[in-house]
Amino acid sequence: MPRRERLRVAGREPVGPYTLLRLDRGGMDPGVPGQFFMLEAPGRLLPRALSLCLAPERELAFLIDPIGPGTEALCALDAGEHIHVFGPLGNGYRLDVERPLLVGGGIGMAPLPYLSEALRFPPAVLGFRDERYAEAAALLPGAEVVVEPTFVTAAIAPGHDVLACGPEPMLHAVAALCPGAQLAWEAPMACGYGACYGCAVEIDGHMKRLCVEGPVLLAAA
Amino acid sequence: MRLLNASGCLDALVAPEVARQLDAFVTKTITPLPREGNAAPRIAEVAHGMLNSIGLANPGRERFLADNLPRLRELELPLWISVGGFCAQDYADTCAALDDVAAIELNLSCPNVDEAPESAAEIVAACRAVTPLPLYAKLSAAHPDIAAVASAVAGAGADGLSLVNTLRGLALDPRTHRPVLGRVTGGLSGPSLKPVALAAVFACYAATKLPIVGMGGIASGADVVDFVACGAKGVALGTILFSDPDAAARIRGELAQVHLDDVFALAHAADTIEVGSRVLA
Repeated sequence: MPRRERLRVAGREPVGPYTLLRLDRGGMDPGVPGQFFMLEAPGRLLPRALSLCLAPERELAFLIDPIGPGTEALCALDAGEHIHVFGPLGNGYRLDVERPLLVGGGIGMAPLPYLSEALRFPPAVLGFRDERYAEAAALLPGAEVVVEPTFVTAAIAPGHDVLACGPEPMLHAVAALCPGAQLAWEAPMACGYGACYGCAVEIDGHMKRLCVEGPVLLAAA
Repeated sequence: MRLLNASGCLDALVAPEVARQLDAFVTKTITPLPREGNAAPRIAEVAHGMLNSIGLANPGRERFLADNLPRLRELELPLWISVGGFCAQDYADTCAALDDVAAIELNLSCPNVDEAPESAAEIVAACRAVTPLPLYAKLSAAHPDIAAVASAVAGAGADGLSLVNTLRGLALDPRTHRPVLGRVTGGLSGPSLKPVALAAVFACYAATKLPIVGMGGIASGADVVDFVACGAKGVALGTILFSDPDAAARIRGELAQVHLDDVFALAHAADTIEVGSRVLA
């Protein structure tokens, strides 16, 4: 069951251009890999939806790309400050797969370190726009890394159960290549629990609320 | 003092524990035919508020009555059904199909879809003719004279007013300078709407004395006090539910020591408005 708590910031570390924000876990459940949490963004009206990146003992860690005022405020939090956190929310990855291959693009690699742990460190492919962003691959040791103009689809070997997260064009390309892949989608979210209908995106001809029907959805077979 | 949700700001079937904190649950607006809603992106945060352009996504009247409504009744909460449409007959047909609910809220003011050609009062009259259920007219402060609209719907048989709906606004992407939302514009809600809503409640209460459910940027007990001082008999929570699903319980706690009847009496003791901060202190 999701719950909402005010959690203490344990620390933050730069990871390439991203920030890994670590929070004391309090009484919160880390949930299933691919599920997400709504994090209060200081000074902003709406919380920000972030999937869990790592679940160190007694902590929850989130990988954040500072792309706007909300994520910038989260990346500027100092140890000892507190924010409200609500979760875990949504549907994560199904873990009953035989030959998992993790595929991540850019900040879409965020849920993969926690997923990798749950699946006992399967092979992974990560794609980034340049070498600086690729520094984030350090969070997923052993992953094959490609940098544009090479795309992750060039590195996906056949015969795997693909679990992916990344920008929409990447997910569409992975879906075309790997029917049945588990894909984590992203959309701006106000609430994270089905109240606002803001995160609905068209998938297979219907509008789906990613927060309650996703964010992980199966690519059409 | 009744505490409700603003229509479209909560799905009681997905979050029943949030709905149970309210005195009544207001549904998302029901239209005659199913609607998938507007294109993504549908929400944008702006300074002191947010824009939404959901576009009345709903399963349509037939499926709502057959599937959603029976499941909502199982929650054993008073239900307010928000009714929408694209002509007066749309509204009346849905009202005629409803019984055994606490109230009907006529959404006469969604900024994200095309408007019906008839006036608000004509739509209320068409609905009044087919249902004995309490009818609340939800109005927009975008109208230049909302008190005149309130008086007209009161004359047409409305039992109460829901004030206010969101106001049409636009947000631009700072990199592309193009609209963020898929439908270009969306409805503004949150703290920046509150003074607009207070002005509407104040004017419409003075004009009609009808029961009013006030809404627009309510996030605290102090906000509720302001709405009560202006004449609201109930309030609805909207945007605050997105960041704080437990807002209703929290606000009730903040109001525990406040005598709202005294707030209203104080505010209306003379011909001047005394907003209730003195009572809260």
